[in-house]
Amino acid sequence: MLNYVLSRLLTFIPTFIGVTLISFSFIRALPGDPIVVMAGERGLSAERYAELSAQFGYDRPIYVQFWEYLTGVLQGDLGTSFVTKRPVWDEFFALFPATLELSVCAMIFSIVLGLPAGVIAAVNRGKFFDRALMSTALVGYSMPIFWWALLLIIVFSGNLGWTPVSGRIDLLYYFPDATGFMLIDSIASGQDGAFRSAVLHLVLPTIVLGTIPLAVIARQTRSAMLEVLGEDYIRTARAKGMSPGRINGIHALRNAMIPVITVIGLSVGTLLAGAILTETIFSWPGIGKWMVDSIFRRDYPVVQGGLLLIAVMVMVVNLTVDMLYGVINPKIRKR
Amino acid sequence: MDDALSAEAEIVPDRPGALREFWFYFRENRGAVIGLWIFAVFALLAVFGPWIAPHSATQQFRADALVPPVWQDGGSWKYILGTDPLGRDMLSRLIVGARFSFFVGIVVVVVAATGGILVGLVAGFAPKWLDSIIMRIMDIILAFPSLLLALVLVAILGPSLTNAMIAIAIVLQPHYVRLTRASVLSERQKDYVTSARVAGAGYFRLMFITVLPNCLAPIIVQGALSFSTAILDAAALGFLGMGAQPPTPEWGTMLAEAREFILRAWWVVTFPGLAILVTVLAINLMGDGLRDALDPKLKRS
Repeated sequence: MLNYVLSRLLTFIPTFIGVTLISFSFIRALPGDPIVVMAGERGLSAERYAELSAQFGYDRPIYVQFWEYLTGVLQGDLGTSFVTKRPVWDEFFALFPATLELSVCAMIFSIVLGLPAGVIAAVNRGKFFDRALMSTALVGYSMPIFWWALLLIIVFSGNLGWTPVSGRIDLLYYFPDATGFMLIDSIASGQDGAFRSAVLHLVLPTIVLGTIPLAVIARQTRSAMLEVLGEDYIRTARAKGMSPGRINGIHALRNAMIPVITVIGLSVGTLLAGAILTETIFSWPGIGKWMVDSIFRRDYPVVQGGLLLIAVMVMVVNLTVDMLYGVINPKIRKR
Repeated sequence: MDDALSAEAEIVPDRPGALREFWFYFRENRGAVIGLWIFAVFALLAVFGPWIAPHSATQQFRADALVPPVWQDGGSWKYILGTDPLGRDMLSRLIVGARFSFFVGIVVVVVAATGGILVGLVAGFAPKWLDSIIMRIMDIILAFPSLLLALVLVAILGPSLTNAMIAIAIVLQPHYVRLTRASVLSERQKDYVTSARVAGAGYFRLMFITVLPNCLAPIIVQGALSFSTAILDAAALGFLGMGAQPPTPEWGTMLAEAREFILRAWWVVTFPGLAILVTVLAINLMGDGLRDALDPKLKRS
């Protein structure tokens, strides 16, 4: 087991260096000189340019710059935003709870609906229920979520007036972020209606972000269940006279869960990509909107640092899923 | 006597051609056939769009801005699906827009698949160190969420439909590499490859003529899947202002232009998105049918 973990960790290191190299070189390839961009419309003299260039280290050879960047990254130094002048690291972790809150809600939404849908479809294979559920899942899987978001806004915010269009909470309420999670902070603040407002703001973004994972989980659960239901031990259980609920719910689902858990783990990347669109549409102050805004503002250190942090996050989650998979399923470890 | 013999010979069925066999299994899946029909219409619109469309896609009828669709009060048969804020006919823009999505799908799949198959074949046949390097590079690309990577690439190359296609092709390519390599590795073990090698086939022949045709099934299915992913991602980039630029009637770009009117004119928002959804859905249905028809494991069961 230890060998397995170590070998997985070893492959992590070159990938990490590669990811750092890519986010570093992308920003060097972006059009426009970062210092000219920073100076804005005022422009600047040649001496001031040289001074700034030296200050940021842009006058040194590229490999020296990369080495310094890499060692900086390992010490938690990702540079400073051109626009806000705050460290990228601090900005990322100030905004991260918003994205995490949204992603966790979306994930819960998709698991709570997707697992039962997949199980019901598999148990009723070929019948009306199965067809209806799987057609719906395929529509969800094909959904352009930015359009889906606009449709939900038209119906629920425009026509029905149930949900707000943007942000995390009404401007009426103000309290300091203790944890950064609006659902927790709004309860902690003790203000009347604050929690309700936070929940209402979350509903539409959660549905939008959860739609594709929901469809993927439902489809995956169905096919995993179908595979397991064909196994001998299920037939044995049936022959012993065990109730169908117990067979499907306990015997089959437990083994069907293994591939489903992998899919759930691997959808972290999908969630973050979805967060870019969802957060932009709902003005949700999280990582996705921050990245898009920074790309448009040409805020190089933020784009570079954000890209790196997001990639590392995806890698860590995938690695964890891989290892958990090894723990659950000993066959994989041996390889 | 001769007649009897020839009659008997006729009864012995020929082994059906690969294409007919494929069609036999594909036809079983009703959804896939529906998907194929919708896709055929989409392809026709992509080719003949400007001749089919009732109006020009960019002509502005200034007097008729934001006319609702024909079945609503104030709608007219002149503009069946209504007009956008600049008075352009929605239906014509949607019809002409089909070719952008179609083009994106074709180009991205061809570029990503060609590159991915070549790299995957090399990785599958290369010595271990080269294989490791290639696969690590693919891992690195896959570590970035695809839309984010495409977004940054487009920011570097400059926003346009061509650059969006390049970015999406780069992002989708590792999937082909992994698929090709995995099937090459399993095919290489088999006896027919060994016998071809013993017979003196060179690496080039082994790669392209002996092994590749037997690896194609999963790659074709992946091709259908990435066709729809490419259309979705290009529309998303267009929606974020990083894909096709206005006044191009690309569906995602049309949605972005229509965003501020969502509460006043539902049709400007609804129809472009519906066009994307229907197209992507049709391709995914086809992809499911392809998988069922091409995957021999599923066929037997």
